[in-house]
Amino acid sequence: MNQSMHTPSGTGQPNGSAPTALLKLENLSVDFQTRRGVVHAVKDISLSLVRGETLGVVGESGSGKSVTSYALMGLLERAGRVSAGKAVYTGIDLLPTQESTMRDIRGREMSMIFQNPRAALNPIRTVGAQIADVLLQHNQCTRQNARTKAIEALKRVRIRDPEQRVEAYPFELSGGMCQRVVIAMALACQPRILIADEPTTGLDVTTQRAVMELVRDLTQANGMATILITHDLGLAGEYCDRVAIMQSGQIVESGSAVQIFQHPTHPYTRKLVKATPHGASHVRDLLPEQIIPVEANERNTATLEVSSASNTQHRVPVLEVIDLKRSFVGKRTLADIVARRPTASFEAVKGISFDIWPGESVGLVGESGCGKSTTSSMVMRLLDPTHGSIRFKGKDISLIRRQSFVHHEMRGALQMVFQDPTDSLNPRFSAADAIADPLKRLMGMSNAVQIEQRVMELADMVGLPGHLLSRLPHQLSGGQKARVGIARAIASEPELLILDEPTAALDVSVQAIVLNLLVDLRIRTGMAYLFVSHDLEVVRLMCDRVIVMRAGEIVEQGVTAKVLANPTHEYTRALLSAAPRPPAAPVAPDAQNACVIESETNHA
Amino acid sequence: MADQTDIPTAGNNTSFLAHMRYAIVSNPVTLLAMTLFSVIILTAVFGPYLVPYDPLASTSQALIPPSWQHWFGTDHLGRDVFSRVVVATRLDLTISVSAVALSFVVGTSLGGIAGFWGGWLDSTFGRLMDTIMAFPLFVLAMGIVAASGNTVQNVVIATAIINLPFYARVARAEVVVRRQAGWVQASQLAGNGPWRILFGRILPNALPPMMVQISLNMGWAILNAAGLSFIGLGVRPPTAEWGIMVAEGAGYIVSGQWWLVLFPGAALMLAVFTFNLLGDGLRDIVDPQRRT
Repeated sequence: MNQSMHTPSGTGQPNGSAPTALLKLENLSVDFQTRRGVVHAVKDISLSLVRGETLGVVGESGSGKSVTSYALMGLLERAGRVSAGKAVYTGIDLLPTQESTMRDIRGREMSMIFQNPRAALNPIRTVGAQIADVLLQHNQCTRQNARTKAIEALKRVRIRDPEQRVEAYPFELSGGMCQRVVIAMALACQPRILIADEPTTGLDVTTQRAVMELVRDLTQANGMATILITHDLGLAGEYCDRVAIMQSGQIVESGSAVQIFQHPTHPYTRKLVKATPHGASHVRDLLPEQIIPVEANERNTATLEVSSASNTQHRVPVLEVIDLKRSFVGKRTLADIVARRPTASFEAVKGISFDIWPGESVGLVGESGCGKSTTSSMVMRLLDPTHGSIRFKGKDISLIRRQSFVHHEMRGALQMVFQDPTDSLNPRFSAADAIADPLKRLMGMSNAVQIEQRVMELADMVGLPGHLLSRLPHQLSGGQKARVGIARAIASEPELLILDEPTAALDVSVQAIVLNLLVDLRIRTGMAYLFVSHDLEVVRLMCDRVIVMRAGEIVEQGVTAKVLANPTHEYTRALLSAAPRPPAAPVAPDAQNACVIESETNHA
Repeated sequence: MADQTDIPTAGNNTSFLAHMRYAIVSNPVTLLAMTLFSVIILTAVFGPYLVPYDPLASTSQALIPPSWQHWFGTDHLGRDVFSRVVVATRLDLTISVSAVALSFVVGTSLGGIAGFWGGWLDSTFGRLMDTIMAFPLFVLAMGIVAASGNTVQNVVIATAIINLPFYARVARAEVVVRRQAGWVQASQLAGNGPWRILFGRILPNALPPMMVQISLNMGWAILNAAGLSFIGLGVRPPTAEWGIMVAEGAGYIVSGQWWLVLFPGAALMLAVFTFNLLGDGLRDIVDPQRRT
């Protein structure tokens, strides 16, 4: 969209050694000493960065992209060691540099923004004081003018009312605001290089846009160079001049953003570009050609249409939510009692109604705090509503208290796949134990052989290799954990499955596989999905209908294709325009270029 | 790198022993603690059958300094100090293990319930524990034993009561952290009732920090039992018990008969030291995350 971004500086040679290079990594390797021996986290990578450019380093978890930046900043943990190579910053090799010198360079010459802005700020000090710390450390201000300088720094990151905000504590600011403060801290001493490590992961899509635009504008205005480390190829594609793709510690391809998107040469890059959902793609397009199950592919389109066409039939909806409300009451304080005022309360869901038909997939979209998680918890009967009713197959289940619902006969029919696959698995339960849990409790199975058989069957359904069943969660990869979570949720053969951002914590290529798995499962079992997500692209792929929520209310709902093509509400439009728009992918992927890429399960 | 699990791992339930061996061998302190612990256990079990002299038999050979005949010398009644120190291990260990087991079970349950349900239960249990903590613990134990009768059983109960708050607090904190975790909600969806979730799911996950607490408390419990018998409560002479031996020998330090106090005191110190060292090792063994 911003053509000026893809300017000459970007189209230079990959790994080129332009004379103006501000930073050059030459054959950098980083090793980690672990219990299983030495792990080569970064293998012989070379990169260069020139003034005014934004370089995207894109890779999936474990690709070594963050380790590279830590090595550069001298922040490697004790087990890590740079085993070879140089990092030359304006003629100085940073790697053998003394820690005391590095301390001067960090912050003044090179700065870093971290992933979680709240964790990066000290919760008990005002943001102004924290910015002043950085300035004082590098002798950029005196105690007298620290406040003024801090206000200036806040102004630069476009925080409104900086005079008031300078006294704010991190908990008083939103996530996006906190990230701006972190950026203000990083830029306070006007560094020449900014390293942004997943700066917008965990932020809402509209906030992401604001933060990324800020980073880009500041980079250009101050003549800095920025390294954007991200797993999101789309984000890198929109905001970076050049992109380097990393896979298991190596740079497999680098070039201008346009070049990467339109003419990816390396098979891994092609797989990533393909797996990144974008406007026109179909869920089957996300996968490399080889691993699409052919029969599923044929049946899929037909079935999806059937399920949405049969909505109007005279059947009973699987779920009817009528005027559902939930408010959270704060603690009644002494002051409240003295002043005789009602206890402060907050209405998270303000009367919403919708329904889901058998076999249908409905998307529930909104930004954090819009009440979508509260809604799904209520539907799941993990939370009691304050008002309204939830009808499951015509029966009002909102009258059954959540404590009693655990043993209700309908418990098995309503299941959920949680957002974070790691957090949703008991650390002491092996994959098999986790899947067997609902079988024992809900299906009343007690025969060990039968249970084992059914667990194998379920594992097979979600594509989890049998030998992984005895592993504990921390011995599984993110995608494998997601599969265990799905297998557990479908063990009791539910009729409605709530998917709470099931792929938010996963890499794109794993996301592609999991999304396809979910589509296959729906075809096979005829479950209805309530797909909770903030990612409109994923909802576009997965859902027949979409419900857009904002501040506890439904602002728009309708058939996905219609809503996303012609949004009537301004908020839907804002959400849609905030999604990163990378350069267009190639129109027709060359079939014969397709190369064998192992699926995520194959090498597990 | 954390995500690359394709490296074959030895970690599953069958390899618990292998993991235990790893935890012990990888940390020399754990190895030392485990060795000492095994020595103490073996002494407690087999000691009474191996000692050279009857620990209770008085002889005319009183106050003999350590020699080849009497390794730790003899006391004022001519009893062999070595035999008495060895035999006392069983009693001291029994008192501390049962006291710690009791306070672990009761304290963890109370703390777990308080943390899981919160509300008035939490407040009630919390204040109850605060009340116990408000007393000087040793004085409280003295009071309990003095009031309820001078028996070994009451020493165990008193020691258990004064250690209760530590378990309750650790358990409560661990449960509160995990109560809202995704996997707890997931086990609710899988049809597990609250009791099963608390005792079958959450508390086992709180074991690693509890283990550290247990091993620290074992040390305290031994000291406490010895302390009570030192001042004449609980175990009574002539029973061989480290606290009593120290109490009986205390008078002889001035006159130069140091061995009466030194050896039981050293045994006590070694036991406390071992239990304190053991904590980290036990945590490593019960923590599934370490089973890479």
